[in-house]
Amino acid sequence: MTGLDVIFILLALMTGGAAILTVISRNLVHAALFLATTLAGIGAIFILMRADFVGLVQIVVYVGAITVLFLFGLMLTRAPIGREALDSRSQPMALAVSATLFVVLTTLIVLAFGDVASTEPTGVPITELGTAIFSEWVFPFEVVSMLLLAALVGAVLLARRDSGESGEEADVEIILDALPTPADVEADRREAAAELAHPDNVTASPQASGGGQ
Amino acid sequence: MTLIGPLVLASFLFCVGLYGVIARRNSVLVLMSVELMLNAVNINLVAFQSLLHGDDAAVTGQIFALFVIVVAAAEVGIGLAIVFNMFRNRASIDIDDADLMRW
Repeated sequence: MTGLDVIFILLALMTGGAAILTVISRNLVHAALFLATTLAGIGAIFILMRADFVGLVQIVVYVGAITVLFLFGLMLTRAPIGREALDSRSQPMALAVSATLFVVLTTLIVLAFGDVASTEPTGVPITELGTAIFSEWVFPFEVVSMLLLAALVGAVLLARRDSGESGEEADVEIILDALPTPADVEADRREAAAELAHPDNVTASPQASGGGQ
Repeated sequence: MTLIGPLVLASFLFCVGLYGVIARRNSVLVLMSVELMLNAVNINLVAFQSLLHGDDAAVTGQIFALFVIVVAAAEVGIGLAIVFNMFRNRASIDIDDADLMRW
């Protein structure tokens, strides 16, 4: 067992624990932050496997952007923060299905790759990665860029309100009629000034009348 | 570094994500669990590239991982837009309330 394995086991424990907390947390914002921890741990594991570029992209895209998007989603939908009843009735079935799948997958993995010798991870220089993207994988790269563009336009179209709600012009004349004209404002100001001066008269006149009696 | 470790971690994360998808009711939390499952696949891809096929000149594993990250980002954008629409129409983002097309 090498030092890399020890670091990997520590990172895996952190990542797995944060993943479990993500799906059982009662507080939605805590769940999003645990998800960020999980994704950062996965990025660290990428870097440990000497896939530096993928690890950094993981941290920038997931921890930086997607977690913030999720937090916006939680806040904008006025989610019941800290309330119970987040789990559906199918929780026992979900536990059974995922536990069974985990046992099956782990058995298959050990059967298939149990005899692979432990090797040092081989890193790929970033120049080689770029060359591969823009020579061998250039067509899939362009297709993926079109996919991102379509997703962007689709998300804007879906999240926008109907054009009737925000596209109608308000009736400006009615608003202008309701607003006070400059002459009204001037009259109001004079009235207010007169009222400010008036209390002196009110307090002075009883004294004068009292003195008269 | 053994190959078994990352693969078992990936299958564990995938199963945790699957549990979240089935058990949670809030749609944003379901989307988060889907992200966990996609990331588990990414761990597999990078582990195979780095520990089993290090001599691959086309760097297939890492480039597929990058493509999966792009698709996941697009999926989150569209998914959250759909969730916002659902919240606007039904004032709730519970999965159980989205039963308009239930048979």
